[in-house]
Amino acid sequence: MKSIFVSVVAASALFVAGCGGSKAPETAKEESAAPAAAAPAIDEANAATVTGKVSFTGDKPTMRNIDMSANPKCALAHAGAAQKSEEVVVNGNGTLKNVFVWIKAGVPDRQWPVPGTPVELAQKGCMYGPHVIGVQAGQDIKIVNDDPTNHNIHPLPKINQEWNESQPPNGDPKLKKFAREEVMIAVKCNVHPWMRSYIGVVNHPFFAVTGDDGTFSIKGLPPGKYTIEAWHEKYGTQDVEITVGAKESKTQDFDSAQMKSS
Amino acid sequence: MKNVWLHRYAVLWSFCTLFLVVAGGLVTSNDAGLSVPDWPLSYGKLMPPMEGNIFYEHGHRMVATTVGLLTIGMAIWLMRTERRRWLKNLGWISLAAVIAQGVLGGMTVLFMLPKPVSIGHACLAQLFFSTTVAIALFISESWQRGRQIVDDQGAPPLHWLALAASACVFLQLALGASARHQAIGILPHVLGALLATGMVLWVTVRVLMRHAGHDALRGSALALLSITFLQVFLGIAAYMSRLATADAPQPMPVMVGFTVAHVAVGALTLASSVVLAIQVFRHVRRPLAEVRYVGFTVPSR
Repeated sequence: MKSIFVSVVAASALFVAGCGGSKAPETAKEESAAPAAAAPAIDEANAATVTGKVSFTGDKPTMRNIDMSANPKCALAHAGAAQKSEEVVVNGNGTLKNVFVWIKAGVPDRQWPVPGTPVELAQKGCMYGPHVIGVQAGQDIKIVNDDPTNHNIHPLPKINQEWNESQPPNGDPKLKKFAREEVMIAVKCNVHPWMRSYIGVVNHPFFAVTGDDGTFSIKGLPPGKYTIEAWHEKYGTQDVEITVGAKESKTQDFDSAQMKSS
Repeated sequence: MKNVWLHRYAVLWSFCTLFLVVAGGLVTSNDAGLSVPDWPLSYGKLMPPMEGNIFYEHGHRMVATTVGLLTIGMAIWLMRTERRRWLKNLGWISLAAVIAQGVLGGMTVLFMLPKPVSIGHACLAQLFFSTTVAIALFISESWQRGRQIVDDQGAPPLHWLALAASACVFLQLALGASARHQAIGILPHVLGALLATGMVLWVTVRVLMRHAGHDALRGSALALLSITFLQVFLGIAAYMSRLATADAPQPMPVMVGFTVAHVAVGALTLASSVVLAIQVFRHVRRPLAEVRYVGFTVPSR
């Protein structure tokens, strides 16, 4: 099938052959940024901390190998060992990686300062990295292409504005932001359909993503009662009510078996 | 002599259009629709690097360009050589359709796959392919040989059955496109399959039972019947393969293969139902009572 397709495509090229133009692809319109930050909002003297881990319970799933043969440049980046899907990554200590943990409700309604430092989302080896990131609404996301091939970055928000832009090899980094809170926004690359990332966009700085040890830490919380949520792309979410006092350090663990798909 | 070459050209045009349907199916099944974010250029060029899914999306555009040029050629050829005014008009209608199809395709890219546009793009593709097949039939040697009139007094009238079968097949294709673009679930498409298959069985068995000696009718009915059976099998296979590969990190070849074949044979099903309807209107004399209600016929020359 593919060889026939190649032949016809080659024949078709005769109709459109010629020098390529130099016009760059249209860029998606930037959304308006979140409201500017007001006065410093975190009372460090009384701030509480919530830490914990996300355990994995059940039979550890075997992630499938990704077939990158459609693009030899991608396949070459994984010549030693096939890249596996990152849908479920169980750490060596039985915890779950790539879980987005955030304060879903209870955070005082105020203008939380937006960090000036962008969060980086890289395309390397034809994979997005990190697989899951969190940003504040209005915070820049720096998207870089470290691969010798073209990518397109295509977030699929339901609340924020959707956009789709290409990024050539060694192209300039893109700075993008989302104006409104949205957990989670899937990000695809349609050139390489196995590439997928998730961005959690929240209105405040109280979020974290579990890493190689499956732990998280949310610092600077004002004393109060909160709903804290853990989100995982396959297992869904788990919400927990938690109350923290001034300067308190509290532990709140999650478990994949308690998560529910929405 | 010129009609022979015109007919060959029309057959080539139809084959290229079917290939275009296949190419479009490959784009959707490989999730390549937005791998080229700009339109009408691709990555700002006429020829982007054909890597990853860009191969499918830009390849689809190139095949579409070819079909567009072939359609222009067909419309002009018909205008210059054809005596039947309605056929000349059909050539221009097909050109308008392919232009509209190109615009719809561009809109799917620029507006990031709005479902109504994507579904419209899929449905118009099917209609356009049937139009190319119909035009190829109208300028074929068998069409030039004239009519072999037969009577059919059954109820409901065979003409209505043939039209209803085409309408049901088209409805089923629209439901399939809607399910494919996730505007609806799979259930309406499954129910539509029962309806469309039932209608196809009804009209083809009726033709084969009563007009088996008529070459054009028998051939059209057998083609429609066999293509429909194949299509039902491919539909089941496409659905099963989709379920079996649901947890795969990327579109898997088995799913892509069956799904694209299902799309292509869907186009063939509609085209063969249209051909059967045309043959019925051309060769089967309508009961007098029905003539009063059916206000059109397929011209013979």
